[in-house]
Amino acid sequence: MRGRRRERARENERARESEHERGGGRSRPAGFSRRHLLLGGTAAGLGATAATAAHGLLGEAPRAAPEPPATELNGGLTVAFHGVRQAGVETPPQAHGTFLALDLAPETDADGVRRLLRLLTDDASRMSRGEPALADSEPELAAVPARLTTTFGFGRGLVERVDPGAVPDWLGPLPEFDHDRLDDAWGEADLLLQVCADDPVTVAHTVRMLLKDARAFARVRWSQSGFRRAYGSQPAGTTMRNLMGQVDGTVNLVPGTDDFERLVWGTGEPAWLRGGTSLVLRRIATDLDTWDEVDRPAREAVIGRRLDNGAPLTGSAEHDEVDLAATDASGLAVIPEFAHVRRARTDDPDQRIFRRGYNYDQRGAGDGEAGLLFASFQTDPSRQFTPIQRRLDELDLLNQWTTAVGSAVFAVPPGCAEGEYVGQALLEG
Amino acid sequence: MTAHRTAPAPRPRSAALTAALASATAAVTLALTACGGPAAESEQDTTGEAAAEVLAADAFTVTDPWVKAATAREEMTAVFGELTNASDTDITLVAARTEAAGTVELHEVSTEGVDSSMREKEGGFVIPAGGSHTLEPGADHIMLMDLGQDLEPGAETAVTVEFADGSTATFTAPVKEYAGANEEYEGDGDRGQGHEGHGGEH
Repeated sequence: MRGRRRERARENERARESEHERGGGRSRPAGFSRRHLLLGGTAAGLGATAATAAHGLLGEAPRAAPEPPATELNGGLTVAFHGVRQAGVETPPQAHGTFLALDLAPETDADGVRRLLRLLTDDASRMSRGEPALADSEPELAAVPARLTTTFGFGRGLVERVDPGAVPDWLGPLPEFDHDRLDDAWGEADLLLQVCADDPVTVAHTVRMLLKDARAFARVRWSQSGFRRAYGSQPAGTTMRNLMGQVDGTVNLVPGTDDFERLVWGTGEPAWLRGGTSLVLRRIATDLDTWDEVDRPAREAVIGRRLDNGAPLTGSAEHDEVDLAATDASGLAVIPEFAHVRRARTDDPDQRIFRRGYNYDQRGAGDGEAGLLFASFQTDPSRQFTPIQRRLDELDLLNQWTTAVGSAVFAVPPGCAEGEYVGQALLEG
Repeated sequence: MTAHRTAPAPRPRSAALTAALASATAAVTLALTACGGPAAESEQDTTGEAAAEVLAADAFTVTDPWVKAATAREEMTAVFGELTNASDTDITLVAARTEAAGTVELHEVSTEGVDSSMREKEGGFVIPAGGSHTLEPGADHIMLMDLGQDLEPGAETAVTVEFADGSTATFTAPVKEYAGANEEYEGDGDRGQGHEGHGGEH
C-alpha cells in the first residue's frame, strides 16, 4: 500500500519538475495531468448519466445530473518550500491560515532547537509537495497540498535560547498602545508556525503533524485560525474583505517591487536574518454588534473609503490615490480627520508594511469573538509598524469598534535549500 | 567495519530526507559494506575478491528510514522504512545491528481485531527482485532491544543490515516521536536472547 503511494508520489514529483511554478501561480495541479482532469470530468458525467439510467430502470424519477465542476482541481497545486526566502510571505494568500505559537520547554537547549527545526523543516517540505511527513499516521491527508505553505517565525525567547547576542533590537513586545487591551494568552511566544493552504483539512493535518513532532520540545502557547474567501470564489488578486464588510488591504506593498525588497526583505542585520523579515501578528477583535448600529454613510466616513468597491471617498476606483486635501461644498474635508485612511497615511515612504491577514470568527458556547488576525511583514517593525500604529492609536474612529487583544512579533528567518533547515544560520552561523 | 563501497547518489527523496536531518557535513545516505562472505565485519579488504554476481548490499536501498523515539528506560523501539531491491533476484535481510541497542531482531506483527502481537520473523525479510518490502508500524520492523541510550526525537541512529549472502549495508535513520507501534511481544521464554521481563511496549 505504501509502495503504491510512494510510486504515486514519485509520479507527482516528476510531474512537478516540469510544471512547477513558484509562488502558487496558476499551474496545473501537480500529479493531475490535464488529461486526467478531463477524463475525471467525463467520468463524473458518465457516472451521473449511469446513475440517472439506473434510477429510470428502478422506476424512480430521474434526477438532474449534477453540474460538472466549473474549475480545475486546485488540490494538487504546490508552492515550493525551498528557496532563498520562506514561502508564505509573497505567496498570494491562501484561503485558510493557522498561526501556531509554541513555547520551548525549559529543558530544550540549542541542540534541542536544532533537532526540532530539522524535524519541522523536513515535515514542512514534504507536505508542501503533497507527500506525507515521515511517520505520518494519516498519510492520505497529506495528498492534497492546495498551495500549502509553512512559514517559520522565531520569537525573542527562541533566539535568546540559541544565542542571546543574535537578537535583533525590534524582536519582542511592541510598545504599549493606549487603545490595546492585550491578553497575554495571545502574547509573545518562542516559535511561530504559519500554516496556510486553500483547503482547511490540509491546514488541520499539517498543524497536527507539526505538533506531533514539536511536542517533545515545546508546548502550544496559542493557535489562531483564520480565513479569506474560498479558493475560486473571486478572481485571484481581489483585495480581501474583513468581517466589517470593508475592503481591507488596498494599499499594500507589492511583491517583486523594489519597495517590497527594501521594506520587507531588507533585513541585513543580524546576519542570520539576511533574506528574512519580521512578522507582527495582532489579534484585532471587532465589535460587530455596535458596528451594526452604524449606517452606511458613517461607515464609509470612518474608513474614508466606499464600501462597495473600496475606492477612496475622493475617487471612484479601489486603487485611486486618496486625496486628503479634497473638501466638499461646505468646505469640510471629504476624508475626515478621524478617518482610518488618513490616520494610517504618512509622507514617510519607509513607513509602509505588507499586510497578509485573515478573518476570524469564533463562536463557542458563550459570547463569540470575530475580528482580524492582522499579520504584517516588514523589515523592521519598530521603524515601520510602530509609527503607523502610534498614529492610529492616537486618533482613528475605527478604534471604536476594533481592539487589539493579542500581539506578538517574530523574526522570519530566510528560507533554506534542500538539505538545510530553517534557521540553520542562527544555529550554526 | 570496512566501508569500502559507497552507494551511487541516492534517489532525490532519500537525499532530501537525509540531508535535511543530517548535519551538513554528514549527508551520506548509505555506506555499503559489500564483503564477499559472512565475515562482513572482518577488517580484510575484499574489494578485489568481490564475486561477479551482484551482492545483496549493492542492490539494496532504503527510503525514508526512521526510528521511533524511546528512552533507555523503555528499553525497546523499532526501525521502519521502505527496503528496495534493484537486482533481478530476491534478496533476504537476515540480521541488523546498531550501536543504540544491545539486541536487534527482525519482527513481524500479527493482528487480531485491535490486538497486535509481534514475534521474530522466520527467515528474515525477503525483498523481491526489482521490488520493495516496507517496514512500518503494525507490520514488519527491525526491533531494537536493550537500548543503551535514549533515542531522542530529531537525533539520528546508524543501522547496519546484513543479507543472506553476508553482505551488509549501513544507513542513517532519523528518530521520530510516534505514538503507535505498541505491539505486544509474544514473549514465551523461547527468544533465547535474554530479554525476559521487558514488558510489551517498545
